[in-house]
Amino acid sequence: MLLKENGFDFYTGVPCSILSDIINYLSKSDRFVYVPATREDEALGIAVGAYMGGKRPVVLMQNSGLGKSIDALTSLILLYRFPILLIISWRGYLGKDAPEHLLMGKYTLDFLKVMNLPTKILSRGILKEQVADSARVLKEREIPVALILKRGVIE
Amino acid sequence: MRRYEAIKAIVDSLDDEFIVACNGLISRELFSIKDRARNFYMLGSMGLASAIGLGVALAKPDKKIIVLDGDGNILMSLGTLATIGKFSPKNLIQLVLDNECYESTGGQDTASLVTKLDVIASSCGFKNSEFVDSLNDLKKVLRAFLNLNGPSFIHVKVDRGKVSVPRVSISPVDIKNRFMRELVEA
Repeated sequence: MLLKENGFDFYTGVPCSILSDIINYLSKSDRFVYVPATREDEALGIAVGAYMGGKRPVVLMQNSGLGKSIDALTSLILLYRFPILLIISWRGYLGKDAPEHLLMGKYTLDFLKVMNLPTKILSRGILKEQVADSARVLKEREIPVALILKRGVIE
Repeated sequence: MRRYEAIKAIVDSLDDEFIVACNGLISRELFSIKDRARNFYMLGSMGLASAIGLGVALAKPDKKIIVLDGDGNILMSLGTLATIGKFSPKNLIQLVLDNECYESTGGQDTASLVTKLDVIASSCGFKNSEFVDSLNDLKKVLRAFLNLNGPSFIHVKVDRGKVSVPRVSISPVDIKNRFMRELVEA
């Protein structure tokens, strides 16, 4: 698995249908720890604790959870410079989705940009480079990186 | 019992344990009573001290982790108690200093007057859970829980009222770095 090859060894988050294959895989495997959190900001807190204990955590969430996470991102993750990888699924992409996803879908990238949080939209052909490059940014700059996942990019 | 006295009694009962303290006056009073590299002061992100404590406890099962929480903080993230119960880290003790108000912002009421936090923790799967409202009981129960397998929970009822303490004067990055150094190297 690409994430493991890049040294990530602790996973937490809240599910999304776009993330279901990844989360099901992590939950069933004996080789990974996946902690299902009750909220996305709780997952960020758990990841912060795991990082301080020597792990390299990944937080998985739907973009709706980004809304719940703004305080944790600004007053914890960015403030203390925690290098945590975020994988955020993109519901509401191009305005084609259930109504509750449309506004967050429209503003997801803007929220990340306004927080100055490095962001990459994952793309099937260059996935390997994108993950490796993110791992390098986390390590060298001690800041979080967000990877945005559209439906169908990862099988 | 005053919160300041309770925090002092807790710190005096500890040895080399790691503390994650919630935001507001609880971090500030801990900082002024006894600053140590093994204290993590959560300056913002209200509600997340227990989640951070859980993450540390899972990553470092051989270290004892103490979460110093407040009633405002725990009520903001009761769901985390369920997550802790599910993973059941033996090395985690969560104390809630409950003064039934948001003292850091001027003493506005919380809902904890009628909330049996110790019962909620038991229902979520904490192995040990007690309610205390005196300094003697606090010391006795904490001493006992330090020698038991957790997760453990102590609901500590304290009076309203604060003493004048400075803000935490260490930078967030330094708080993180010195805490990690102790955790990873010790």
